This record gives sequence, structure tokens and C-alpha cells, in this order.
Amino acid sequence: MEKQSDLLLDIQHLHTAYRLQGKFYDAADDINITLKRDEILSVVGESGCGKSTIAASIIGLYDHKNTKVTGDILYNELNLVGLNEALFDKIRGNKIGMIFQDPLASLNPLMRVGDQVAETLYYHTDMNEKERHSRVIELFNQVGMPKPEETYAMYPFELSGGLRQRIVIAMAIACKPEIIIADEPTTALDVTIQAQILDLLEDIQRQSHSGIILITHDLGVVAETADQVAVMYAGQIVEKADVKTIFEHPLHPYTRSLLNSMPQSEDEEEDLHVIQGTVPSLQNMPHEGDRFAARIPWIPESAHEKEPVMHEVEPNHWVRCTCWKTFHFQDKVSGD
Amino acid sequence: MAKEIIQVKNLKVHYPIRSGFWNRITDYVRAVDDVSITINEGETYGLIGESGSGKSTTGKAIVGVEQVTSGQIIYKGVDITKAKNRRRLNYNKDVQMIFQDSMSSLNPRKRIEDIIAEPIRNFENLTTDQERDRVQELLDIVGMPSDAIYKFPHEFSGGQRQRIGVARAVATKPRLIVADEPTSALDLSVQAQVLNFMKHIQQQYNIAYLFISHDLGVVKHMSENLAIMHRGRLVEIGSRKDIYKHPMHIYTKRLLSAIPVVDVEHREENKKHRQEVEQEFRNDQGKWYDKSGRVFPLQQVSGDHWVALPKDEVEQEELKEKGRD
Repeated sequence: MEKQSDLLLDIQHLHTAYRLQGKFYDAADDINITLKRDEILSVVGESGCGKSTIAASIIGLYDHKNTKVTGDILYNELNLVGLNEALFDKIRGNKIGMIFQDPLASLNPLMRVGDQVAETLYYHTDMNEKERHSRVIELFNQVGMPKPEETYAMYPFELSGGLRQRIVIAMAIACKPEIIIADEPTTALDVTIQAQILDLLEDIQRQSHSGIILITHDLGVVAETADQVAVMYAGQIVEKADVKTIFEHPLHPYTRSLLNSMPQSEDEEEDLHVIQGTVPSLQNMPHEGDRFAARIPWIPESAHEKEPVMHEVEPNHWVRCTCWKTFHFQDKVSGD
Repeated sequence: MAKEIIQVKNLKVHYPIRSGFWNRITDYVRAVDDVSITINEGETYGLIGESGSGKSTTGKAIVGVEQVTSGQIIYKGVDITKAKNRRRLNYNKDVQMIFQDSMSSLNPRKRIEDIIAEPIRNFENLTTDQERDRVQELLDIVGMPSDAIYKFPHEFSGGQRQRIGVARAVATKPRLIVADEPTSALDLSVQAQVLNFMKHIQQQYNIAYLFISHDLGVVKHMSENLAIMHRGRLVEIGSRKDIYKHPMHIYTKRLLSAIPVVDVEHREENKKHRQEVEQEFRNDQGKWYDKSGRVFPLQQVSGDHWVALPKDEVEQEELKEKGRD
């Protein structure tokens, strides 16, 4: 076997812009991330921050007419940006697996779940029907389906949310992909099921030595599963570090505010921390200066950089802008 | 001891299952089965459960939009499961609801003014100017700009819409608000905002909340007392301290251990603990549930702490708990 490098995915200067009323707006702005083998990289941020856009860009699932993707997404020296569809079809679902948020929406309601998983094998392997069937059963066992043989012939509506998500995971790992992209895989599930699915993802990774990009808004999930974390705000990565650093020494004001607004502290009587204002919409995104500056108006403008870039503060700990040096929380948040 | 505002006694909501040639009722889905809770004035009562546990059905029954099979809901000494009593007491003015999905619970073709004024119009006779003042006042309470009254629901973000939902629920000056997963569709920072407003309003108007949620973190932040529901029955009730510090029932422990904690240092231990609890839950079904898989009736452990276990099991668990301390 040839020796494979540890670097699975190298994303450099990725810009993904959507066309809205004739103009292009960057939903993901200058994204630089790498994914290594045996690593769970978590992209975390609130809705509309562009985290799913990154996933769509990697796997090439976007509207090609109205989306402009520039930059490099290097997978084994192959640039996925602008790759022709015929080649991409060989990679998508085969080398890169994808798990979506809503398992009911990502399964065909009129097709037996076993056949849906087998379909992936039909397109990407040269197994015959019998082999495919036994491989599906094997996969069902791997993802912990209680009765694999019976489940094969069931329809999605007959399964619970947790089981459906297991089917989707089975589909994603059917061809033993090197990269698994999980876009909010547990958001639609109950906490106990969520814990099981996350454990399952970790087990799969340990067995197959793949790299997982876990996209989520839940900081708890990140703290429990991720190795590396990228925090996103308004289309940009604002902080990037390993999971311990992010939760124990967060530097960027956004990361700190977000952690502060979690209802989990012991002082239950106190008000939760609220980040002032709202996330700017795609069309109203400021193009100059720090995008988070408007949410922390008590920090003087001089603290921000004119063109905020990522700085490597410590080894492998990147923070955008310099405002974190002088950032402090407001003593008393008045009004909204 | 705080005064109670509402008392739910042995509430049952069963849905019939029809099948066979004559489409006769062959069985029932016991969505809510023998649930009793007491909510005190001005306090937040948390109701926790996973999807399908019957928590929303309980909430709906309390508001009076769900047909109750049997049991009583006592408000001001009267059983309000009867529509006649609800009308006589103006019950629907005193008890309001906040829904999970703010988009589908606000009429998309009405302006915010009409949305918030609708409950006021139902119960009070105000002139147009008075009504507008009230709406402005309500919007002010939830921190919305005054020009919001001319806008439509789609012009707002999720968090703002949920705040409009809160304003509408407060409009009739209710004494109890049933909040069914009010923040589960919201982002973290927006959720913080809505929860803060809910708390402020509670202090200002002395409103009691029945806070229905699956998120144990949020419930911990909001409620003094809480109940955990599973398979239509209550598994454990008690104060916040009882439930979070000394959970007795395996289901409670399982729920608590499954919450993702922001504690990177100990995540392996947390995971191990979670899997142990899960194992215990799977192996000893017979110990925690009766023969037909239902939850046992509640037994008192101490003061307000009740758990659904047979009596001897309660004692055993208590001993184990003491040994640990």
C-alpha cells in the first residue's frame, strides 16, 4: 500500500459568493482550514455565518449558475474548485461522504432504506447485487441498527429519527470515504440520541482513520467531540485553535461572548450574556473593518484593525483582528 | 410557601387507535397518563422530556386546546377541563401560550399591531388609541422598536419574532404562560436575549411559567421546580437541586449525562460515565419500568422530591446515594 499523507483537505483562500439580485455577495470569505487524518474539525457559528456554505463548496453541491467559488480546495493535490462534474461524481459519495441535518429530507421516501444505501455502492463500486446486499447489512451492523435484515426492506417513515440518521451515516460511510462532512448531524435529534450518534461518529472515525468536518452551532457538541475548532462569524473565521484552547483560553470577543451566553453556569439567578445587535445580512455585510465591531460598540475603533486578518497568537492558535487585546465585557448591559 | 396557581390532578390524554373491519377502537395511545403537577404563582415550572414524551400534550391540555380524557385541572378552585368553566372564569385570558415555531404561530398576513392586539380585543374594549398605546408598551417590554407595529412577521428575524410571540402572550396580563420550547429554534445569543426578557417580564408582572423543553441547560437556568416526563408519565419531580444534584431515576440520570458539557478536560470521563448510565438503563429495564414497559407511580423521597420507583427501590437508591456522599 502506498503511504498516504496525513493532510486530507487543504482549503486556501476560499471565497464562496451567492448571486442576490444580480450581485455577488461573499457568504464565505477567505476561509483557510486544513483537515488531517484522524481528526475532527469542528466549524461552529450561528445560523447564517456561512458554515454550511463551506460544506457545500467542498462537496460541490451548489447552484453553479448563481454561485461563484474561488480559491483552492486541495484534496490529494486535486483542486475541487472548478473540477468537472464527471470527475466530481467519482469523488462525491465515494471519497467524501456527507451527512445532512434532516435525515427525513435527505432520504427518498419512496425507496427502501437498504436500497438507498446500496445505490451508493452501485455507482461507486463494481459489486454485484448480492455483494451489495451483504455490504449494506454489514454497514447496518456497523452503525448499530437493531435488526439489519428487517430494516433493509423498510421505508424511511417507518424508522425513528435516530435510526434514520444512522441510515444516512451508513450511506455516507458506505464507500469508506476519507473525508466525512457532517452538517449539523444531531440538531434534529433528542439529547440521548445525539450522544449515541456522536459516539458512533467517533467510533467510525477511529476504525476508518478518516477525517471529519463537523458543522454545528452547539458548543457542547464541539467540546465533547472536536479536536480542532474554527469559530465563524459573518462569513469569516474569527478564531481557530485546538478544542482545549478554544474553551479554556478563548481570545476573540465573539468566541468569548458566545461562551458567555450559554445557559449552563451555576449562578442561575443572573441574566444571560446578550450580544448586542444582530448579525448583518449578506447584502449589508460591511466590507471594511472588523465585522464584529458593531456588536461591541464600547470598544474604541482604534482597537480594531483596518483590514482584520488572522494572526497566529500562539502556535496553532489563530485570531482575527487585534481587538481581543483590549476587549473587555461591558459591566452592565443596558436595554437591548 | 408560595400560593399555587394551577393544580393538575391525574391528567390523562388518550388517543384512540382504530383498526379492524368496523374501525372500532382497539387500543389507546396514552400520550399523557396520570400526570399531576402543581405550579406556584410567579414561579417557573420546568417540564422536560424527549420528543414523544407527552410534554407538549400536557401543555396544550393546560391551555385548554386539547381534549382531556380524564383528570382535573384546578384553577381558582374550579375544574377547567370543562369548557363552560373556562368561559366563566375568563380562563383563556389568564393562561396564554408561547409556541416553538414563531413563523407558523404568527399570521403572515397580519401586521404586528393586529397580531398583538388580537388577544386584547378578545377580552377588553379599548379605543383605537388606547389599544395602540398598549401594543407600543408591550413591544417596549420585549425591546422592539416602535415602528415594528406596521411590519409583517416575515420582516423580522427568528429571535425578534419569538419576542413578538412573548409580547402577544403577555398582552392580556395572564397569570400563567405555557411556553412550549420557546427557544429551541433560536441561536445561542438570541436565545439568551429571549430568556432574559421572559425572566424580566416574570418579575415585573408576577407571571408563572410552565416551561416545556428538552434542553436541560435552559430549564436549569429558568426553573425552580421541574418534572421529567417519559412515555406519558412523570419519572421524577423535585426542585432544581434535587434533580440536578441527586437524580434518582435512571432516566433522569441518562438525560443528565447526555447533555454535552463544555468541559474539554474531562470529556473522556464524561463519555465513560454516560456510557455506563446508558448500559445500566438498557440492562435493568425491569427494575425501572413495570412489566408492560410503563413508568411506575411516583413515590415520595423527601419534601418535594418524588420519583417513579417501587418503594423498596427508592430505599435502596437512597442508601446508595448516602454511601456516595
